[in-house]
Amino acid sequence: MELHELEAIAEREQSQRARLRILCCAAAGCQASGSLEIKRRLETVLTAAGKLAEVDIMPVGCMGLCGHGPLVRIEPSGELFERVTPADAEELVAALEGGPCNVPRCDRNHPFFTRQLPIVLRHCGQINPERIEDYIAVGGYRTLYHVIHEMTPAEVINAITRSGLRGRGGAGYPTGLKWATVAKSPGERKFVVCNADEGDPGAFMDRSVLESDPHLVLEGMAIAAYAVGAEQGFIYVRGEYPLAIERLQKAIVQARRLGLLGAQIFESGFNFRIDIRVGAGAFVCGEETALIASIEGRRGQPRPRPPYPAESGLWGMPTLINNVETFANVTAIIENGPEWYASIGTAKSKGTKVFALTGKIRNTGLIEVPMGISLREIVEEIGGGTPDGIPVKAVQTGGPSGGCIPASLFDTPVDYESLAAVGSIMGSGGMVVMDEHTNMVDVARFYIEFCKDESCGKCIPCRVGTVQLFNLLTRLRNGQGSGNDLIEIEALCELMRETSLCGLGQSAPNPVMSTLHYFRHEYERLIGAEVEHGS
Amino acid sequence: MAAKTLTIDGHLVSARPGAMLLETIREAGITIPTLCHLDGLSDVGACRLCLVEIEGQRRLQPACMTTVSEGMVVHTNTPRLRSYRRQIVELLFAERNHVCAVCVASGNCELQRLAALVGMDHVRYEYMSVAYPVDISHPRFGIDHNRCVLCTRCVRACDEIEGVHTWDVSGRGIDSRVITDMNQPWGTSTTCTSCGKCQLACPTGAIFPRGVTVGERPHASERIALIVEARKQRW
Repeated sequence: MELHELEAIAEREQSQRARLRILCCAAAGCQASGSLEIKRRLETVLTAAGKLAEVDIMPVGCMGLCGHGPLVRIEPSGELFERVTPADAEELVAALEGGPCNVPRCDRNHPFFTRQLPIVLRHCGQINPERIEDYIAVGGYRTLYHVIHEMTPAEVINAITRSGLRGRGGAGYPTGLKWATVAKSPGERKFVVCNADEGDPGAFMDRSVLESDPHLVLEGMAIAAYAVGAEQGFIYVRGEYPLAIERLQKAIVQARRLGLLGAQIFESGFNFRIDIRVGAGAFVCGEETALIASIEGRRGQPRPRPPYPAESGLWGMPTLINNVETFANVTAIIENGPEWYASIGTAKSKGTKVFALTGKIRNTGLIEVPMGISLREIVEEIGGGTPDGIPVKAVQTGGPSGGCIPASLFDTPVDYESLAAVGSIMGSGGMVVMDEHTNMVDVARFYIEFCKDESCGKCIPCRVGTVQLFNLLTRLRNGQGSGNDLIEIEALCELMRETSLCGLGQSAPNPVMSTLHYFRHEYERLIGAEVEHGS
Repeated sequence: MAAKTLTIDGHLVSARPGAMLLETIREAGITIPTLCHLDGLSDVGACRLCLVEIEGQRRLQPACMTTVSEGMVVHTNTPRLRSYRRQIVELLFAERNHVCAVCVASGNCELQRLAALVGMDHVRYEYMSVAYPVDISHPRFGIDHNRCVLCTRCVRACDEIEGVHTWDVSGRGIDSRVITDMNQPWGTSTTCTSCGKCQLACPTGAIFPRGVTVGERPHASERIALIVEARKQRW
């Protein structure tokens, strides 16, 4: 594959594109609400009208407003229709040419659309994720060519460092520094691993990216491999994401066929192959050392760090592990320059972050916003507040490792340090909104139950501590707790945070500690209940 | 490479380069509790009892898996560490059936000694009181899961010293259990060589020899290290 061949594919794609197009969301969310049936119905209607040749019906990735799905967009007008049913097909076809259409439209001027800044999601809902030609037509794989032929590995790492990109898996480790460490660590072989074991309750950012734009992640991984000197990559994706796995498999085969992965990429000396490893349903395998053990075929359990995987990872070799979203940022940084990327966001948190907005919120879906935006803007403007107008009580960020931030702190900017300062974490991007009717003790108990079920059982504080904490919270919720139980809960939280082996156990108490901090009265009220009952 | 000098609990101590903190601490005559560590086996850092404070490091580190470095300042016995250790031992006692008064391994048990060492006189947590099975299908040995603390010393002894890997762990979290082969009765295992190293390594007597009275039961986990040492000298 040469650059001119790549451009020829892009030109052919653009010239063959029909003027009239209907884009049906074919990501898992809309598929679940019947988008494939809508697509079939549209095809039948167009065939009957003899217009199938003039109109392209494209399955595309996530269009963001998942809670209002299935979503269908028509081009060139760009109108977006929500809650479409197969019966709407005739009207949608009529709307293509300006005809009457009563299918509900989304307001494209709503802050949900206007306040977003898509970088990672820039192709989502625009291209067919199952065709590499679509990705090439929007400029795909040009950055990889540019990197291989015009940049040294050190220059690539330098660009990533200067961009200020930090790990999007949640901890926010500087990506450039990690790449540099892997590049400098001695090893006869090196590996690049994409962590797609997204498991936080309410989080679906990585799934959406993989289902909507798999090649963006593959290209990011290839650039990373070139930078650190790896020839083998793995994508560790959870088994609960069958559609993402299927699309990744297709994408890898397509890229290999065109010589964009495999040996001598772009006729250079650079070789890189990617294989998929499917997780078997353990949340802890998202922890990097457990993930490594799982890829190696061992029981998915973490081990103490150091040594960090950057020095000693897969089979003891230097291994670069980044999250899906981190890799998805790479091409844009190289394409537009690190200064452009660093100009977005705050002093210490650069670029954008993808969030999965769920819970008691009007606009449930996937959003990408610049770092530094306030929680209030996300919840009230983009999210549109709660569906029933009940005041928002709190928002939970970072899943079972994160905390609950009360509505009184909604002016907190969304960046790594600010979220940590209010007792939560950025996390991978799950954002669960809760209204005034939510019982915060139940919320804490839910997350502890999750951690209890997902603890690997290796270290004692996490294995037994989560169970004891769960029992204490259950007792409290049932009105059988005492003031002493609250003290025990706090002591257990501290023990787990300080002594657990891996991030799962260390951060498992966060939902309890943050609700105890901000909503202590809810816990204390439950103790009072017992006293009343007793008297 | 030159020997390293570090400070442990206020004493200057020298260590050979590459040594683990745990062996250096013990060489210095300082007592530090451990459970999943056994001389002769690889370390896993799972029991969290040997956690120490190292100045300049935010997190506590397991002494068994931390390499010494020059100028390291280590605290092994602060009030905070003592409190954590006690809590961890209490959690273990609440997890399965570890009631010494009615246990045949009483007086012959590392967990019991550990409880005495960390000063545990009562358990503040709710006992989980789950009845686990006892497997006595093997002609020479038995395993009582009620006494197991999941230290995985048997798993490592079987894998690393005997080279068989009959033992492993199944399930996760609180449902974890050591198993033989593919979770079959021990007596039907086709890989077990009946060498008994798992029984030597077991800290609590969850794995026990059959046909021996408790008083006669030798608790000799140090023999694992002797085997490793003997092999080194022979080869």
